[in-house]
Amino acid sequence: MELRLENFTKRFGDVTVIENMDLTVNSGEMMALLGPSGCGKSTTLFAICGIHKMNGGALYFGDRDVTTVSAQGRSVGVVFQNYALYPHMTAEQNIGFPLKVQRMPKAEIRREVERLADLVQIGNLLDRRPAELSGGQQQRVALARAMIRKPDVLLLDEPLANLDAKLRLEMRSEIRRIQRETGITAILVTHDQVEAMSMCDRIALMRDGKIVQLDTPEQMYRNPQSQFVAGFLGNPPISFLPARADASLTLANGQTIERPPGLEAMGDVVLGIRPEHFGPQHGTGLKGKVVFVEPQGREELVDVRLDGGGDIRSILPAGDPIRPGETVDWGIAPGTILAFGPNGDRL
Amino acid sequence: MTAHPRIWHLVLILSIFSTPLVIMYVYQVIDSIASPDPGSLIPGEIDLSNWRFLWERIDMGRPSIWMVTFNTFIFASTTAFLVTLLSTTAGYALSRLDMPGRPYFLGGLIILHAFPTITLIIAIFIILQFLGLFDTLLGIILVKAALELPFGVWIMKGFYDTVPWEIEMAGVQDGASRFRVWWELVLPQVKPGLAALLIISFLSGWSEFVLPLVLAPGSSTQVLSTYMNAVIQDDASADFGLFKAIGMFYSIPVIVIYLVFQKQLMNIYGGGTKG
Ligand SMILES: Nc1ncnc2c1ncn2[C@@H]1O[C@H](COP(=O)(O)OP(=O)(O)OP(=O)(O)O)[C@@H](O)[C@H]1O
Ligand SMILES: [Mg+2]
Repeated sequence: MELRLENFTKRFGDVTVIENMDLTVNSGEMMALLGPSGCGKSTTLFAICGIHKMNGGALYFGDRDVTTVSAQGRSVGVVFQNYALYPHMTAEQNIGFPLKVQRMPKAEIRREVERLADLVQIGNLLDRRPAELSGGQQQRVALARAMIRKPDVLLLDEPLANLDAKLRLEMRSEIRRIQRETGITAILVTHDQVEAMSMCDRIALMRDGKIVQLDTPEQMYRNPQSQFVAGFLGNPPISFLPARADASLTLANGQTIERPPGLEAMGDVVLGIRPEHFGPQHGTGLKGKVVFVEPQGREELVDVRLDGGGDIRSILPAGDPIRPGETVDWGIAPGTILAFGPNGDRL
Repeated sequence: MTAHPRIWHLVLILSIFSTPLVIMYVYQVIDSIASPDPGSLIPGEIDLSNWRFLWERIDMGRPSIWMVTFNTFIFASTTAFLVTLLSTTAGYALSRLDMPGRPYFLGGLIILHAFPTITLIIAIFIILQFLGLFDTLLGIILVKAALELPFGVWIMKGFYDTVPWEIEMAGVQDGASRFRVWWELVLPQVKPGLAALLIISFLSGWSEFVLPLVLAPGSSTQVLSTYMNAVIQDDASADFGLFKAIGMFYSIPVIVIYLVFQKQLMNIYGGGTKG
């Protein structure tokens, strides 16, 4: 079911956390709310599920205006960051609780619980209590409980934050699989850009209570509309170099590079160069000295200090014998330089 | 015996300091069922006549022990029930609801808890007199419950504080009303606190002496502590054997409760961290 936030405003006392935010999540879509800590992701989520009252604006599930409907009256499933399972109930009772509240007959609850348990693959753990389940299994129980009412929307608040690295990878694809299989409309809150990019159809990148860009992961990565977006996405992160644009681009350190095609701006700009676009395979042009090499198994990260100042990062396949202290002359892949104006907007 | 050598020092020190207590308790038991020769510490033959208060009136002016015990039980259990009931709801409100003046209320609780009861006794006396509750069980139940409440509310608030906020939100999201969330999801998490508070306030009521002594001096409202007091003050027949037997009778429920509910009682001193 489509979810629409219009002119959403939220204040805590005198502090306006979110002002006039618009957001539409299409039916069956998984949307990421991504942004740094404190930007208002959870606040938005809690407003959608009805825990926080909205100070302004309207919320629609499909055509239904639910702005003033209580949390109990909205059909929203929520997975909390710490799962919030009921410790005194078994997994089965946990999952069945929303139906028990609706006074559904016991046999029917039982059947539904089994259906959900199959979906999240915990059929053999139903009589355990949360304390007897691993983090990943608790996560699955929480997911099943959130989905058993067949809610209009599923909200996930940092669902992977409490898992270890390997489990995180596993649950990432599990959550995506379950979302796809059920076709439920979902919103994932996260501050991890990898999670957002790998799990979601679209990403709403937030900063200080505003959505700064809403796009598909590929578009947002390749075509960021501001320096903030470019800096937020990508791991290892993009390097920024201040420069002057006239006939060519003159870096602050005096080195020059060719103007990328299509760039019309003149004057002071900031160039953004992603690590995969800088290296020996792209020819020559920028001279500097390797200051740091960080092996990462399959590839290695190389930090280069440019002659005359400025740091730029490169990511290379492992095995190249590069040592700190080495002088290099590497190039930038043509057409990949991103340029930003002094106010951070993309040029 | 593979006890850690370090522990032995502690055990030794503890034994030395608790020996006098242990000796006293041992003689409490022995003297209640034996008649020692005068001036001797060695008990003579077994003599159950000290326990005669159980099957006969020890003198005409006194109510029967069973009625006194019944009074004590009603006093202690009603107090415990009231305190637990009110603390359970008040503690929740203080822990969760954003009400005006909450910090002052919390501060007030601690002050009230630390306040010496005895200084209030005259005022309470006048109030009870005024309400017509003087020398009634109901009167001392209300007073005792009121005095125990700050402690109970504080303890229960501590237990509620350990229940994650998200559990309640999850419950609301699952469609349950606020009351149902409290009753079905939150209350089970604070059960250990509930049990401990119930037991502690029962024991506190069971051993209460000053309130019944001053506020319910009549013989129909006598409780075990005041009954004992009356027995020992009766200097016409100072019978220490009898006194000790009544003391035993009075403390048996306490000992039993401690033995049975040790685990629940320890919870409260853990501050409910394992809530
Ligand atoms: N109950 C509240 N009272 C006052 N201010 C609040 C309250 N809840 C959140 N805020 C403020 O609102 C802003 C947004 O908070 P929010 O929890 O939505 O951030 P977030 O994006 O979820 O961050 P994180 O990634 O750290 O969870 C923060 O500046 C926070 O201090
Ligand atoms: Mg948050």
